[in-house]
Amino acid sequence: MRVALFITCLADQFFAEAGVAAVRLLRALGVEVDFPEGQTCCGQPAFNAGHWEEARPLAKRHLEIFREADYVVLPSGSCASMVQNHYPELLPGHPEALDLAERTYEFSAFLVRVLGVEKLGEGLRGKKIAYHHGCHALRELGVREEPLLLLREAGAELVPWEAAEECCGFGGLFSVKLPEVSLAMADRKIATLPQAEVLTSTDAGCLLHLAGRLAKKGVNLKVAPLATLLWEAYAG
Amino acid sequence: MRAKAKLYPKEAARLLREKPGVREAVTGATLHFERNRLRAYAEVPIAEWRERAKALKDHVLSHLDHYLELAEKRLRENGVQVHWAETPEDAHRLLRAVVERHGVKRAVKAKSMLTEELGVNPLLASLGVEVFETDLGEYLIQLLGEPPSHIVGPAIHLSLKEIQKLFHERFGTPLDASPEALAQVARKVLREAFLSAELGISGANFLVAETGTLALMENEGNIRLSTSLPKVHVAFVGIEKLLPRFQDLALFLPLTARAATGQRLSTFVSLIQGPAREGEEGPEEVHVVLVDHGRTALLADPEAWETLRCLRCGACLNACPVYRQTGGHPYGYVYSGPIGAVLDPGLLSLEEAYPLPYASTLCGACLEACPVKIPIPKLLLTWRHRAVAEGLSPAWEKAALAAYRRVMESPTLYRLFSKALRGLPLPQDLLPLLRAWTEGRGPLKPSPKPFHQLWREMEEPHGR
Ligand code: SF4
Repeated sequence: MRVALFITCLADQFFAEAGVAAVRLLRALGVEVDFPEGQTCCGQPAFNAGHWEEARPLAKRHLEIFREADYVVLPSGSCASMVQNHYPELLPGHPEALDLAERTYEFSAFLVRVLGVEKLGEGLRGKKIAYHHGCHALRELGVREEPLLLLREAGAELVPWEAAEECCGFGGLFSVKLPEVSLAMADRKIATLPQAEVLTSTDAGCLLHLAGRLAKKGVNLKVAPLATLLWEAYAG
Repeated sequence: MRAKAKLYPKEAARLLREKPGVREAVTGATLHFERNRLRAYAEVPIAEWRERAKALKDHVLSHLDHYLELAEKRLRENGVQVHWAETPEDAHRLLRAVVERHGVKRAVKAKSMLTEELGVNPLLASLGVEVFETDLGEYLIQLLGEPPSHIVGPAIHLSLKEIQKLFHERFGTPLDASPEALAQVARKVLREAFLSAELGISGANFLVAETGTLALMENEGNIRLSTSLPKVHVAFVGIEKLLPRFQDLALFLPLTARAATGQRLSTFVSLIQGPAREGEEGPEEVHVVLVDHGRTALLADPEAWETLRCLRCGACLNACPVYRQTGGHPYGYVYSGPIGAVLDPGLLSLEEAYPLPYASTLCGACLEACPVKIPIPKLLLTWRHRAVAEGLSPAWEKAALAAYRRVMESPTLYRLFSKALRGLPLPQDLLPLLRAWTEGRGPLKPSPKPFHQLWREMEEPHGR
């Protein structure tokens, strides 16, 4: 099985160690991992903002770059949804878009659905974790149970969070087009946060936004991408 | 109502800054509604209900001319006077004629979003008619001279304190009067109005074509009084409100109630079959005004017509984390929240409503809530795409996204950008965006090395 890692531009720049963790974990599970170096961004920010003409060439590039892989795995629900749900619409008449959509998986969904993994190890024993459901993973991809299962099986204590399934207010360009509303939404997430050691999610965008807001408000809480924690679960 | 949708970004920011209480009130109330909805949905095979409701609405909308003709015929058979209004002016003309013919001095009005669209209250005021909104929430905002902030809960943005203050100033009630005491005062004023008004005005939740029946849902009993006590009743009905058969109400009444407030059925349902007959009590004259106001054009739009399935239940507003921060006022038009963001561009024009499709993070909570499965996120994307195609997006956005595309199209440029993020000066285009980001969130902290570099180091341990 040849899996190509799509790191996504945000994780590449801001959560690079999550990529290392993902590669290590996949390899430990016996998967051959490749990193096509021509990759950049899937085009989501432009597409979501309505600039389809700017997004289309990026989507076409993406199809080219990941043509060979059996599976494309990425640590981001919203980029996965971009490829799985929106490429076919953005690139009508491209059967490869449908094909790639079928081969693309958000990281935790790939582990559970394709590899059939449930338990990675017990490296998160007793760790109090708050999980933020990224909206696209949750509602567009239906990835709800997979990350929770993997964390729980690794011994983590998932703290109940009233607003766990509410949008954090990032929304790509939304966060700069409507900054005040975006921040008010982050504040609601933060105000309802229970006691936890780590805040995690599958989406780098949400984490970047929440981590920034937490720091600005002087709240001391570690923020780590899901892939990082899952490697910790395995390696202890 | 005059649209001020263009001001949305400024007004949203201003409201958050100047009236933090609104955010608190709206969040509290919508979360309450939302929990009720979830509970009420869970009691029934909701997936099947929603699918059936969607299919039925799609059927009516795709045979609208047939059902409108049928409805008109049945309404006339029931003794109702039927009128067609393509524009607000048409509606005004009809209403003016009624007012003049009956020498109307006072009107009572049941809550109706369509009459907000048509500007019925200002018209009546200009004709010297005294109008009373009779829904309690609607009455409050009428006293304040504000438009509704929510489709179902028009005064959702007000705190008890504000209402106490308002009543204190208007009616001399104590500043700490209980909600019950305040309701008593309003009831007294409104009862007097019900008994003396010559005209009752309402909207309609549904109009059944097969039987010519108007269906109206409510919890206070004011709609029933507004439509039955005055001798003349005028109902404004959007042409998308049709249902084919009487039995369809058995699905739509409970579905709407569950979606809107989490009730199994609203406390009152009025089914109106025309004016009072011999020996009956009720209005002598009933008028139904079938209103287009942009709906036919929207129906003809192959990418946006689905918005017309909307039942105006407000569930998408309650579910929307963006709406919760500000309530409805900053949206600047009758319909706010997720449905407003996709309906207003269709009813007004995209140019006039431009910022509204951007008032969303595309989180999808609205679609999950909507009883008739209107694909709001998809419609938001459609309107955004059109806005860009029509050149409505601001210059900075165009420049930023063009620059973004250039960078992302070339791995070489992307790597340069990656270096820049870690120390080199960043391109000018990006700076305003970065500032908008970092103001609320502190400086961006990239990883010491990007992953594409770590990958090389992993694969070639001795580096290059
Ligand atoms: S769009 Fe759907 S959820 Fe929103 S008001 Fe209309 S019917 Fe209700």
